Amino acid sequence: MDTPTAAPEASGTPAHPSGLPAPTDHERDHQPDHGHALDPGHALAHADVWLSDVSAGYGERVALEHVSVAVEPGSLLAVVGPNGAGKSTLLKLMAGLVQPWSGRLQILGGPAGREARRVAYVPQAELVDWAFPVTVEDVVMMGRFPRLGRVRRPGRDDRRAVVDALEQVRMAGQLRTQIGRLSGGQRRRVFLARALAAEPDLFLLDEPVTGIDVTTQELLMDLLEAQAARGKTVVATTHDLACAAQRFQQVLAVNRTVVAFGPSNLVLDADVLARAYGGHLLVLEGRTVVLDDAHHHDDAAPGERHFHDRGQG
Amino acid sequence: MELILEPLRSPSIVYALIACAMVGIVCAVVGTYVVLRGIAFIGDAIAHAGFPGVVVAYMFGFPFYIGAAVAAVGTALAIGYVSKRSGLRQDTAIGVLFAGTFAFGVFLFSTINGFVGDLFGFLLGSVLAIGQEDLVALLLLGTGVMLTIAILWKELLYATFDPLGAAASGIKVDRLEYLFLVLVALTIVVSLQAVGIILVVAMLVTPAATAQLLTVRFTRLMVVAAVIGVTSAVIGLYASYWLDVASGATIVLVQTLMFAIALGFGPRGLLARRRGHVEALAADALEGAA
Repeated sequence: MDTPTAAPEASGTPAHPSGLPAPTDHERDHQPDHGHALDPGHALAHADVWLSDVSAGYGERVALEHVSVAVEPGSLLAVVGPNGAGKSTLLKLMAGLVQPWSGRLQILGGPAGREARRVAYVPQAELVDWAFPVTVEDVVMMGRFPRLGRVRRPGRDDRRAVVDALEQVRMAGQLRTQIGRLSGGQRRRVFLARALAAEPDLFLLDEPVTGIDVTTQELLMDLLEAQAARGKTVVATTHDLACAAQRFQQVLAVNRTVVAFGPSNLVLDADVLARAYGGHLLVLEGRTVVLDDAHHHDDAAPGERHFHDRGQG
Repeated sequence: MELILEPLRSPSIVYALIACAMVGIVCAVVGTYVVLRGIAFIGDAIAHAGFPGVVVAYMFGFPFYIGAAVAAVGTALAIGYVSKRSGLRQDTAIGVLFAGTFAFGVFLFSTINGFVGDLFGFLLGSVLAIGQEDLVALLLLGTGVMLTIAILWKELLYATFDPLGAAASGIKVDRLEYLFLVLVALTIVVSLQAVGIILVVAMLVTPAATAQLLTVRFTRLMVVAAVIGVTSAVIGLYASYWLDVASGATIVLVQTLMFAIALGFGPRGLLARRRGHVEALAADALEGAA
């Protein structure tokens, strides 16, 4: 098996894959046993998303422990890991939806939630009530609400932005369709359009490509890639390791804490993937990431309603 | 024509009509969010919780809506707090509050000597007894609720549909939830005289539920619900006048009848679903043959 090689320690990038197996002796000496070596000052100054030794959970249950990670602007980052690994919780921390128990985090230069209008969060499909009486247009328009403020109603610019976003995801022909009538892939496209219409600097997407066909997956990834190329930051959880390896620049593997973090070709070595993808195991030098059915998702957080309505396509 | 105009000669009927129309609209608009959030039970609980407030107001001789508003809003906030903070399931917490507050109302009621007719009216509604001052107060309160919704409809819609996405985009979802519960409480206060504590949940839920069977667009849903709310209130009031029966119950019966018709014959009703089912079967068969 090809051992992924660690990036040179002197690279200085906060995203260097020091969580990888087989670090040099020097690295090992400086690494805290739970975490991820960062140069905090440098990382903080440059990162859109910065977490330092963050732990979080629900009630008594720990979801994430000692997570340190820094994501630079323009990154296209996949968060991978087994069910219950804390992927969704990590995204919610970044979105300011879950408060950390300990540790520090900064999102777009402020505490999570302060720059909320510059953040677009898309929940898992299971958390959306697809029977809700809204059309495709209504949903995408919600992406414009935060920038409208309290009293203003959507105007011509907003309607244009909605149509533009829907054209990008090739759904402009279905403006008036109730969302429950869409297929699984179309639903994901509409929610990505909502994020695009918000024109955010940070995309936080929970399972954006789960359970959709290959063509739609390619379309969505092309769009996210284009956003990253424009300097926007994209963080997406996924069960799809092939997609993570091929379409994302960086991969963050989590299992209650950071297992590995770095360029996707190093973290998810092609050879490792080729053997891992058919089965349910991904072996990362002595650490084992268990993969599971792509249609399952993390445990519901307390108070969340899950809607298991199958798409029509 | 005479049948319609004749009752209007009495001012109490005119007041009652105005009050019912107001209640029909406000309940339908607020009820649209209640139905979409799935919190009909909370509406019922808040209504029952208003009872001790009404009794206390009666005992001390101040307007019923002040007592009802204090009790209902207080309970609404308590429900919001308990369901967020306590480890109890929400419906359990509500069940406890619901029964406890209503029992307190009955307890207070039973301490009053002799039968108190118009207090009993608040349990079942007595819109014909509405006075001019009460009517003005209710119109003002109802207008206030409508204005608040008019200002916050976007945020309420986003937070109802996708609370996580809304909160992540900077909408204060928690605060909005408390505010909404207060709006539900005030809506109930507005409705108490017309339909009474026991039936007010129907005014909140039935028009919106009926509209849901007729349209899939949010704004249209709210308009349709409001139209149903007003027409059923007016028809129900007239019917109760002609038949000389309880007005609140008649209004609710008219709404229930409209719901039954939409359920049976509406475009998304049972008949249409049956037809759709047959079409889907046919399509499946075709696909299988191809």
